[in-house]
Amino acid sequence: MRESVVTFQNVHKSYPIYHHVRGVKNFLFDFPRNLAKIKNQQYEALRDINFEVYRGEKFGIIGHNGAGKSTTLGLIAGVLKPNKGRVIVRGRISPLLSLGAGFHPELSGKENIILNGVLMGLTRREVRQKMDEIIEFAELDDFIDQQIRVYSSGMVARLGFSVVAHLDPEILLIDEVLGVGDIRFQRKCLKKMAEFKGSDITMILVSHSLPSVVNLCDRALWIENHAVQMIGDPMEVAERYCQAAGIEMDLRTKRPVLNAEVTNVMF
Amino acid sequence: MKRLKDFSYHRNLENYRDLLLVLLQKEVKVRYKSKVLGYVWSIASPLAFAFVYYIAFSGIMRVRVEGYPLILMSGLFPWQWFGNSIGSSPKLFLNNSNIIKKVNFPRNIIPLATVLNHMIHFALSLPVIVLFMVIYHKPVSIAWLYGMPMMMLIQLVTVYGIGLILASLNLFLRDIERLTQIVMTFAFYFTPIIFTLDMIPEEYRYLIPFNPAAPLMINWRHLILDGTVDFYYLGISVAYAIAFLILGTAVYKKLSWKFAEVV
Repeated sequence: MRESVVTFQNVHKSYPIYHHVRGVKNFLFDFPRNLAKIKNQQYEALRDINFEVYRGEKFGIIGHNGAGKSTTLGLIAGVLKPNKGRVIVRGRISPLLSLGAGFHPELSGKENIILNGVLMGLTRREVRQKMDEIIEFAELDDFIDQQIRVYSSGMVARLGFSVVAHLDPEILLIDEVLGVGDIRFQRKCLKKMAEFKGSDITMILVSHSLPSVVNLCDRALWIENHAVQMIGDPMEVAERYCQAAGIEMDLRTKRPVLNAEVTNVMF
Repeated sequence: MKRLKDFSYHRNLENYRDLLLVLLQKEVKVRYKSKVLGYVWSIASPLAFAFVYYIAFSGIMRVRVEGYPLILMSGLFPWQWFGNSIGSSPKLFLNNSNIIKKVNFPRNIIPLATVLNHMIHFALSLPVIVLFMVIYHKPVSIAWLYGMPMMMLIQLVTVYGIGLILASLNLFLRDIERLTQIVMTFAFYFTPIIFTLDMIPEEYRYLIPFNPAAPLMINWRHLILDGTVDFYYLGISVAYAIAFLILGTAVYKKLSWKFAEVV
């Protein structure tokens, strides 16, 4: 029996649209109408989502922009709460990684590594043990003692990936990182993720790069229009997804992982 | 890959302690970053205020108060901690949006770290008060030994509670930030800071307990200058501290699940 580490049960998530009533004056002057407005103006981000991710599984999530992928990750990370249904997560989760995890621009690279480690649930001692590995992987050399605000976006992304990949999370959340960093670093990331394939780390990868989902993941989830369209073998899901989008993509050709990724990035 | 440690739940006490320490370090560092005279700046501000009020009241308006410089300092230094913490609190969660959106952690540690940061600065400014007391031949009381930690704890809890309320609410109603500034200006002039308790007309004194800052500041002055505390006002301060702690925690508990959406 496989143990599930992430469970979504009939999850609904909608966001109220707050912008109209932001301000005490407007809010109070038209109180009943504003209250109704808050209640009615909801943006539905996810509708009745059900799925499970098992321990050690590599799980891909694909879908169009705005389909609800990031909301799903936010729910798994625990920064968002569902309006209806239940999200159950067992294990230590990596910070959400999309262009630089939870970095503070005024702190140095090193300080940010520690900050993210403790935010994630580790102690400083544990983070320090991993420090050298993280710095080495991120290839930041002298910049590691500089404030993050002077980093280039590529450097931030490299540090971000390095932090979440090495801080030893039980559930690793990866949100569309492969688009940043140069080709060489992308390869390095893919290599690292391929290493995870054999480990018992649970990895949840949100990506627009179908080849990396097909190559890295054991199962894939396709979210379309805020609902689950399909769950299953990544190859089948990716093919159906391509068909629906009306794009032909040759995913079956046996190309090594890394080349497939690089080609994809280059179109 | 070796697992470092298996948490029964993924946070333990050591993690909470480290989280607080790291956030506190962050506060201190950001405050002192690229400022050579860091410590000097943190005491320069209350000293400058004390100087200005001294000139204005004693020099220009000729209000005769014995030992006015020390009276000013014993009010302005604790107020600096109180006022700065509360003044900065509405933006606390907003300023940390980058971590709030990415990781799930107990967010109420952020206000705690900020208030502790201000408290540390207050503690570091105490030698300046002592220096001025020596200059004005005023003895430093032994009561500081227990009075200081006690007053600091009461003020810490009060300010943390208020900060938690303001920081949480301001995410939803952003003009609380402006409102806070105005209220704090009122609070400053309606609290015995640049004047003493005795100067307040008899018929208005019954209003003092309604101002949460007043009983605190009254006792700070008693403690610093005479080494005594007024137990009536101390009781009120403790009651306020507990009330704000409970209210702040309730507001935070009620709203925190939405922080990442609105921040």
